[in-house]
Amino acid sequence: MPEDIISLIQENVIQGRMTRDDEGMDEGIVGQPGVTELVEKALASGLSIQDIITKGLSGGMNIVGQKFEAGEYFIPDMLASAQAVGAAMEILEPHLAGSGVNAKGKIIVATVKDDLHDIGKNIVSILLRGAGYTVKDLGNNVDIQVIVDAVREEKPQFLGLSALLTSTMARMADVIQMLEENGLRDQVKIVVGGAPVSEEFAKSIGADGYGADGFQAVAVVEALSSGTEN
Amino acid sequence: MPRKGILVDRPYERLTREQVELIHQASMQILTDPGLISFNREAVDILHSHGAAVESIAGDHQSWQVKIPEQVVLSAIDSAPKTVKLGARNPDNTLIMHGDEPRVYLVTGSETNIWLDVDFPTYVNKADPTREIRMPEFKPRRGTVDDLCQSAHVCEHLEMVDGYIRTVNIQDRDITEENKDVNKFFASLNNNTKHFMSGLTSLKQLDNVVRMAELIAGGKKALEDNPIISFITCLVKSPLQFVDDTTDTFIEVCRRGLPIVVSSSPQAGTTAPIREAGIMAQINAEVLAGITLGQLVKPGTPVLYGSVPVRARMDTLGDSYGSVETSQYNIDCVQMARFYGLPNYSTSGVCDSKIPGQQSSIERLFSDIVVAMSGPQYLHCAFGLLDCNSVFCLLQAVLDDAHFKMIELFLRQPRIDQTELEAVLKQIREVVATPQKLYIGYIRPVLRSGEISGLYPFEGGGEADDVFELAYERMKELLARPVEHIDPETTARIFEEIPGVLPRLNIYERGD
Repeated sequence: MPEDIISLIQENVIQGRMTRDDEGMDEGIVGQPGVTELVEKALASGLSIQDIITKGLSGGMNIVGQKFEAGEYFIPDMLASAQAVGAAMEILEPHLAGSGVNAKGKIIVATVKDDLHDIGKNIVSILLRGAGYTVKDLGNNVDIQVIVDAVREEKPQFLGLSALLTSTMARMADVIQMLEENGLRDQVKIVVGGAPVSEEFAKSIGADGYGADGFQAVAVVEALSSGTEN
Repeated sequence: MPRKGILVDRPYERLTREQVELIHQASMQILTDPGLISFNREAVDILHSHGAAVESIAGDHQSWQVKIPEQVVLSAIDSAPKTVKLGARNPDNTLIMHGDEPRVYLVTGSETNIWLDVDFPTYVNKADPTREIRMPEFKPRRGTVDDLCQSAHVCEHLEMVDGYIRTVNIQDRDITEENKDVNKFFASLNNNTKHFMSGLTSLKQLDNVVRMAELIAGGKKALEDNPIISFITCLVKSPLQFVDDTTDTFIEVCRRGLPIVVSSSPQAGTTAPIREAGIMAQINAEVLAGITLGQLVKPGTPVLYGSVPVRARMDTLGDSYGSVETSQYNIDCVQMARFYGLPNYSTSGVCDSKIPGQQSSIERLFSDIVVAMSGPQYLHCAFGLLDCNSVFCLLQAVLDDAHFKMIELFLRQPRIDQTELEAVLKQIREVVATPQKLYIGYIRPVLRSGEISGLYPFEGGGEADDVFELAYERMKELLARPVEHIDPETTARIFEEIPGVLPRLNIYERGD
C-alpha cells in the first residue's frame, strides 16, 4: 500500500497532474488524486520523506526527462510535471528538516530593470522548482537595489538574472558590480540567461554560469551545486 | 468510410459571379462559332444526331467543323452526375466528390519519362580538408516498371495522397505498346490500395484492364459499385479540336460507364489567348464539349471537369507551370466547375525546376496552397514531379506529402463558437490571476488532439540544412514498410486471364 502511493506519485508526475482536476496524458483520470493530494496522503500515512522525493517525485521527473529526450514529450509536458513537483516540494518543505533529505538550495530569480519580459524567467522558475530548488521570484523590471537587498536578506545559493533586450542585458553587469560593492558577490553563484545573452557575455560580466534555455539553466545550477561546472 | 480529404470551408475565388457567367456565355458562343474541329468521325456522328451542325473540312486529314448548340451542352451538364464516387481496393480509400462541396482530395500524377535517383556523395572543403559535407546529387534515367512499383508503394504510405495516378512511364525493354497498359495497371494496383486513375496507351487494352479491375474488385457488378479504376483522356487538343484516337478511347470508356476525366490543357500564349478571359472561355468550351460528348454516349457517365491550363514561357514557349498565371487559371477553372456543380480535376504543384531545391519548393508550394484554397475536388498535385511533369523524384514526393500536411492544417476550419469562447475566457481569468501568467498548462490537451501543427518534419540539427537527407531516410523507411498486395488467388487469375502481364511482377511466383 505505501509503495502504491509512491508509485502513484511517480505516475502522476509523469502524467503532469498537480491536482485531481488536471487532465494528464491518459483518458479518464480526471478526478483521481494528483501529485499534491497524493503527497498529502503519503505524509498522513507516515511514509518516508526521502522515498516520496527520490522514488516518487525525482523518479517521475527522471522518466519525464527520458520521454522528452526521446521526443515523446514536449516542453509543456515537462513544465506540467515540473509544476506538480514544485507544488509537492512546497508541501514537503516544512518536513525536510530531520528527514535526512538535504534541501537542494534556494535561488532568487529576476528579470532586470527596464525589462518587462518574463516568460523565460518564469519557465526557468517552474523547472527549478520541479528540480527541487526553493525559488523566490522577484518578478520583472526589478531594481538593482531590490535584487541586492534580496540576496543580503534571503542568503540564496544562486541568483538567476534574465533579460530579453540588448538594451537591458547590461543591467546584469550592474547587479554583479553592486553585489561586489556590497561584499555579497562571493556568497552567491550567478547564472544569467535571455535571448541576447551568450556564454561569452556571461563570462565578460563575471557571471558563474549561462543557460541558453530553461533546461540548460537547471543543468548549470545543478553543476554549480555539485561543483562540476566547467 | 471514404477518405476525408480537406474540406475548404470558404473557398478562395478570383471571379465574381458576373465574371463566371460571362465566361460561360463566351464558351457557349465559342461552341457555335467557331465550334470545334473533330478528327473523330464517331464523335461527329453522335453530336450531329443530337442537333450539332456539322460541316466537312477540306484538307489532308479528314475532319469536321462541329457547332454544338447551347441547349445540347446544358442538357449534358444536367445529365452528368453531380456526385462522383471513385472506389479503391481498400474501401477506406474511397473518394466521394460532390460538385458543390469544396472537399479536396490530393492525387499524384502525371506520367513522366524520367526517374530521378538521389545519392548523397561526400565533398571535402579544399581550404580545410578536415571539413566534409554530404550533398544530394540527382541522376536522371528512364523509368521502369520496378520504379512504378516503388512509386505506388511509397504513395500507399504517404498520408496526404488520397489517390494514385501513375507517376512514371514504364520503358523497360520488354514493355511494348501491346502490354504497357496491363503492366502499368497491375504494377500500380498491386502496390497501392488507393483509387487508381490512368490514361490508356492502346484502346485495344481497355477490355483487359477493365477485366483486371473486375477480378480485383470481385466481379463486374462489384466494379460498378466500387470503381477502383478510372480513366483520363485528353480528347481535346487546344485550340478546340477533338483528337481521333483519344476520342475513340473516351467514347469506349464512357460506354463502359467507368469514371472518366475530360481534360484540356491549353497553353496561354500559343494554343490559347494570353489574356485570362480568353484562355478561360476556351478551356471551359473545350471541357464542356468533351463532357457533352460523354453524356451523349451514355447519359449519367461519371465525369470530372478536368483542367490543366498553363501559361507559355516567354523564353522557350514551353509550358510554364511555375508561373503565377497558371495558378490563376486553375483557380478560375475550379470556379467554373463549381458553377456547373461538377466535380473538378485540377492541377497544382507542377514546377519548372528540374531538381528538388529552392525553386522547386517555391513554385510548387505557391500553387499547391492557392489552388487547394480554391477547393477543387480532385487535385492532381504533382507529387514528386519536376521539370514541367517530365521528371519524377520519389524524394520530392515525400517532401510534398509533408508540405501538404501543413496545407491541410492551414485550411482547417476556425473553431470559434460560444462554447469555445466561454472556455478560453475562463482560462484567461484564471491565468491572469496567477503570479507567472503563463497559459502553458492549457497546451497539453490541444497538443494531444493534433490541433497544433508540428515542427517541420525534416528539420535538422544546428545550422546545417538536412532536409533532403532526412526526407531520403523517410523515403527508405516507407519503402521498407510492407503494402497489402493483391491476394494470391486473384493474382493467379490475373496472370491466367490477362495477357501480357510480366511474370516478374508476380510476387508469389518469385517468392517475395
